[in-house]
Amino acid sequence: MNFELTEERRMLQDTLRRFLSKRYDTETRNAILDSESGFSPDIWSDLADLGIIGALFTEAQGGFGGAGFDIAVVFEELGRAGVVEPFLDSAVLGGGLIAALGDTDQQALLAEVIAGHAHLALAHGEPASRYDLSRVETSAGFEDDKIVLNGRKAVVVNAEAAGHLIVTARESGDVDDETGISLFLVPADTAGVTLRGYPMLAGGRAAEITLEDVRLPPSARLGTAGAGFAALSDRVAAANVALAAEVLGAMETAVALTRDYMLTRKQFGRPIASFQALQHRFADLLIELEQARSAVINAAGHLAAAPHERDRQIAAARNLIGRIGRLVAEESIQLHGGIAMTQEYELAHIAKRIVMSDHRLGDTDTHLERFIALSYAQDAR
Amino acid sequence: MDLTYSDEERAFRDEVRAFLRDKLPDALSEKVRRRQELSKDDHERWHAILNERGWLAQNWPRAFGGAEWNAVQRHIFEEEAAAANAPRIVPFGVAMLAPVLQKFGSKAQQDHYLPRILNGDDWWCQGYSEPGAGSDLASLNTRAVRQGDHYIVNGQKTWTTLGQHANRIFCLVRTDPDAKQQEGISFLLIDMDSPGIEMRPIVLLDGSPEVNEIFFNDVRVPFENLVGEENKGWTYAKYLLTHERTNIAGVGFALAGLESVKRMAYAERRNGRALIENPHFAARLAQVEIDLMAMETTNLRIISAAAAGQAPGVESSMLKVKGTIIRQEINDLARRAAGPYALPFPSAALAGDNDPVGPDYGDAVAATYFNNRKLSIYGGSNEIQRGIIAKAKLGGGA
Repeated sequence: MNFELTEERRMLQDTLRRFLSKRYDTETRNAILDSESGFSPDIWSDLADLGIIGALFTEAQGGFGGAGFDIAVVFEELGRAGVVEPFLDSAVLGGGLIAALGDTDQQALLAEVIAGHAHLALAHGEPASRYDLSRVETSAGFEDDKIVLNGRKAVVVNAEAAGHLIVTARESGDVDDETGISLFLVPADTAGVTLRGYPMLAGGRAAEITLEDVRLPPSARLGTAGAGFAALSDRVAAANVALAAEVLGAMETAVALTRDYMLTRKQFGRPIASFQALQHRFADLLIELEQARSAVINAAGHLAAAPHERDRQIAAARNLIGRIGRLVAEESIQLHGGIAMTQEYELAHIAKRIVMSDHRLGDTDTHLERFIALSYAQDAR
Repeated sequence: MDLTYSDEERAFRDEVRAFLRDKLPDALSEKVRRRQELSKDDHERWHAILNERGWLAQNWPRAFGGAEWNAVQRHIFEEEAAAANAPRIVPFGVAMLAPVLQKFGSKAQQDHYLPRILNGDDWWCQGYSEPGAGSDLASLNTRAVRQGDHYIVNGQKTWTTLGQHANRIFCLVRTDPDAKQQEGISFLLIDMDSPGIEMRPIVLLDGSPEVNEIFFNDVRVPFENLVGEENKGWTYAKYLLTHERTNIAGVGFALAGLESVKRMAYAERRNGRALIENPHFAARLAQVEIDLMAMETTNLRIISAAAAGQAPGVESSMLKVKGTIIRQEINDLARRAAGPYALPFPSAALAGDNDPVGPDYGDAVAATYFNNRKLSIYGGSNEIQRGIIAKAKLGGGA
């Protein structure tokens, strides 16, 4: 049993934390939020040069990390600074899927991602799928030696910046079946791909995507026909570790801001930190923050476990982080008072990152249901 | 980062498990499983079994005849013992008084009292709380006045757990009424047979005679029964609190309690289906299980830091608050899972070898629920703990 970070990961953490504290202050970030692209290409490329994207991949994949704790360390720091750049989408999900499924030609794109030169987006969710990972209506047919995609994809994060979309489509089976789902690497400028882009509430951009008779060569398929689900759920597991860690980092900032404000803000002639009603609520945040840290450790530590235990641990972590995240976001705003309601104050963005992350890859309730299904199956006993 | 136990730790767990399988009497584990009251003989029997193996004094240094287990070993034992329905070790002598005597007691006190704790000659109880000194313990009023080679003690102690079995009590008493609150307190060892001591049971809301109040009327205590220096008792009491808190989270009890709730929820039927399939019940159960999974890791993080020599500070308070909330939630779920069979009052009619009136897993679940409301009150209430946490993190501003 050992709860210390390795020397390499501590260095990664220090490097990233130092860079972000210097280069990613509130003012800079708020300008990024207002920008047309929704993220900073300069920051992206500098962080790629620092090896932050490489840390999310194994050596065999062209990186130097890729384990659960590498992902957790990086995303905790990204969350701490409220970073909106698309590490989850271009790297963990997009790059991760190419790493898992891509042939030699397709792998070339992964090297571009790690170098910070290419962006990706996973076009998986659909208007009717909510958080159901196996629900895919988008179809992939075959016509004149071409694959033909038809369907709609919903809230595809980072779609506009992506040179390639990774599109899931069904080649066989019923709409909820895990088998029959294929993944395709689709150049964003392919005819029949239409994007309707928009900014998101907590930063970054996404798009609704229409796929209308999108014709692709068979070489666009990632992996084996109809067998994409295992890799998809594997990468989603990694992305869930990343999200949990990101929220942990964001909560650390929320609690630190709240602490500082309680010590400086004076009412009734004394710092509001001296009021017991506020002290006890603050203490609860500190307690729950330690619980959240443990949940991230559990999830990261089980990322390489067998799928059942991995998914059970991850569902547990995201349920806990979802509950604690809401508590920390709401209580931090309440303990601050009016100042936290202003958009330009750091906490506003941090609280939004915390709460809105619960809408990605399964919310608190979805993960609770999943935990129950994985833990209390009647026939499991 | 490595979430797995080392080979040595796994071997230790196997050793503990084998010991419990071979040496824990069925009669005792059955009583614990059915939440029945343990007699003085039951406790003493279990202590003797542990002592024979050298495992009663888990935290004592080897020099004093202890096992000198580290925090991780103690955690493993607690987990296994709870899972096996072993009686808990009565902590007052072996885990609370002994470390104080080892650190601050005289050689004569160590030589006399420590062996008697191990072999069961003495049963100690704790004289801290008073009617007017609960959370504000330092306001205690029991007076000890020096008269020749004796102290004369007058006052009242309360909430004395299992005092009815005790032949000795360690007390915090005020020896200097003019000093600042914490500075006029001394740590005194008192023979319960001394003239002037009167003990009355306090029956708790679950019907258990678990605690007592003790009255001191001109009780003469030899001066040699003072531990350490006069007026330094508060320091010794605090030492006791910070060093004996590895099991403050109660993870072992919580895990065993959760398993018991699950067994009930698989067996109980609702609308023809197992209660575990009821979405409302399953959601509450899952949330507390998820909380507990995280707390197990929080606890291991803190105790492995403690095993590496870092004294736990505010973390103990965090574990206390979260651990008690989780255990109380599990107690509530157990009560609900039992359904109407939570209603029977655990009395003589249900004790011993008598058949339970319903499924035996329902025995005394409601009584346990009520009894364990104490968890968030004793040992520094959860509100006191929150105050400690806030002050540690907010510093001077709080």
